[in-house]
Amino acid sequence: MIRISRRAALAGAGAALAAPATIRAQSAPVKVGVILPTSGVLAVPGQASRRGIDLAARMLAEAGGPRLEIHHADTASRSENGRVAAERLIREGCTVLIGAWDSGTTISAAQAAEAARVPLMVNIASAPQVTEQGFSMVFRNFTPANQLITNAVERIRELGQIVGEMPRTAVLLHVNDTFGTAIAQAVAALWTRLGIPIQIVETLSYAVTARDLSAEVARAKATNAELLMPVTRVNDAILIVREMVRQDYVPKAIIGPGSPGPYEKAFTDAVGRFGDEYMVCVPWHNPRNPRTPAVLQRFAREYPNERFELNVGFSFEAVEIVADAVRRAGSGDPAAIHAALRTTDIADHIMYGGPIRFDEKGQNPNIGGVMLQNQGQEPKVVGPSAIAEARAIYPLTPFRNRR
Amino acid sequence: MDLAAGVIANGVLMGAVYGLIAFGLTIIFGVMRVVNFAHGEMVVIGMYVGYLLWAAFDGPPLAAVLPAAALLFAIGYLLQFHLVQHFLARPAHVQFILFIALALVITGAHLVVFGPNPRGIFSFASFEVYEVAGLRLDAVRTQAAAAALLIVVLLWVFLRASRLGRAIRAAADNRTGAAVVGIRIRHVYAVTAGIGMACAGAAGALVAPLFDTQPFLAPEFTLIAFITVILGGIGSLPGALLGGLLIGVAEAAAALVLPPSMKSVVSYGLLILVMLARPQGIIGSPEGAR
Repeated sequence: MIRISRRAALAGAGAALAAPATIRAQSAPVKVGVILPTSGVLAVPGQASRRGIDLAARMLAEAGGPRLEIHHADTASRSENGRVAAERLIREGCTVLIGAWDSGTTISAAQAAEAARVPLMVNIASAPQVTEQGFSMVFRNFTPANQLITNAVERIRELGQIVGEMPRTAVLLHVNDTFGTAIAQAVAALWTRLGIPIQIVETLSYAVTARDLSAEVARAKATNAELLMPVTRVNDAILIVREMVRQDYVPKAIIGPGSPGPYEKAFTDAVGRFGDEYMVCVPWHNPRNPRTPAVLQRFAREYPNERFELNVGFSFEAVEIVADAVRRAGSGDPAAIHAALRTTDIADHIMYGGPIRFDEKGQNPNIGGVMLQNQGQEPKVVGPSAIAEARAIYPLTPFRNRR
Repeated sequence: MDLAAGVIANGVLMGAVYGLIAFGLTIIFGVMRVVNFAHGEMVVIGMYVGYLLWAAFDGPPLAAVLPAAALLFAIGYLLQFHLVQHFLARPAHVQFILFIALALVITGAHLVVFGPNPRGIFSFASFEVYEVAGLRLDAVRTQAAAAALLIVVLLWVFLRASRLGRAIRAAADNRTGAAVVGIRIRHVYAVTAGIGMACAGAAGALVAPLFDTQPFLAPEFTLIAFITVILGGIGSLPGALLGGLLIGVAEAAAALVLPPSMKSVVSYGLLILVMLARPQGIIGSPEGAR
């Protein structure tokens, strides 16, 4: 096993500084195809992911890492375009792929990657099927739905210990796309088994295209559950908070298990202080990692109006993993990169969790989960305690007191 | 009971706004027999006007209604006078391609100018509620619905009572006859397109505080307008309002008794039922169904 030293990782690319001269001197760069939804309804996280890819590629190049040539392909937020985009990138000569942000698109792209025997490094996608369908070319450095829920339960339990109280009842309100359904299924399968003493009194799903969630929020409110667990995208998270304010719905806490949305800048910009105290359990960058401040500062300099959130972070890390594999492979040959990815072992990386390694299915099982809470319109890590940036606020401050 | 009453009331409010969106589509079809497949894009232009005015002046959302309507009237007038006019005698599929092309151009322009990110109006006013008989009515929705109803009533009066309104109705009833008595058909058609698109623009400004504005919202609005118009009756102005209210209430009621993700199924189910039982729509004329 090759371990990456902290010193090497500090350069922004882990393996980059230790890259062998043969790779640095190679005349042709390795073409890396990146599949993302940079337009369409998923354009916000797609664009954020692209920022992470581009930033990592620039930092790698500056640090003298293996020469990578990034080729972007937009899926226009349509799952079926995953395969089309992957095939196009492979035709252009890409020998390793990164993508594709959402689970449906990733599975579609994986089919093309599998057929062409080109490795696919999944930056974001949580449906279990991504690594459970027998794909041999797929590597995922993101938490599958079951792990998201296991991590969330752990964080909620820890929150209960910190604040000295646990909500007794919960209502799950989830979007009905591939991701939201996978999370809801994971909750149904694991909640009782994990032994958390919170009874889920109702599960409500809503269409991914819904533009009005007043009825859904009213039904959630009518359950009188102490904990609201929304599983959303960013736009619906905004709609939910607005409706909660209008309907004066104040549960004891809002915690999205594994849910995107509230940590995104679009959310905090749209709902302001009404979005404060909203919590989510998600994989996130480790604020205590010594490399993190430098990466965040560089990101803030290059994208002053954007936020370094998990879409950026895991996309950034995907490029680092690919660069590490290319360096160890010593060539741009897809089979060599695939073999190198199999033996990945990166101990020092900025996203919270253990060493990046892939199991026989291509899943990194060591990704951690943090509890984030919006405070002052910024997401702050409030758990686990070892890396917390702030103390959790509980119970929720009534919205009428925030005007 | 409170839950049901609150949800249904919200459905009525949203339905009124759907009605205004559909009103613009149906007036254009009713007079010129042209189906504006770029209608949702016009709504989104109105939303961007609402967003930009709020971003620049931080005024109340209602203040954007007149500027949005005026801008869209101008766009509608010019489009009709200089472009669509040349397609009136062409087959329906050619008109269809023209409007789809227009829709793609407008969405592309929105993407270039504003980018894909949703633009939300954040003001404390957008969180206000009116408490009426124990019901909490969202202030923005209530204002939007009231403004939508007012606009629909004013337009109805305009079409009935004004000289230009009567000219529009005459051109809709019998184009040749209207031309014979001296009505300038091309001008009347352009005014009609302007009114139709102004309705879309006004509706866009009204919904901007409710839905974050982004280029890809447009097809949803076009679809809502079509369902509404077909339900109420193609070409029927009261039908547009009735269709909007029906959809708003049906979706709200469905969200109460079904899994909420199924609520849009009810609108489409209603649409299929009406198309089977009454192809011309609930209060449409058989001519509209053709």
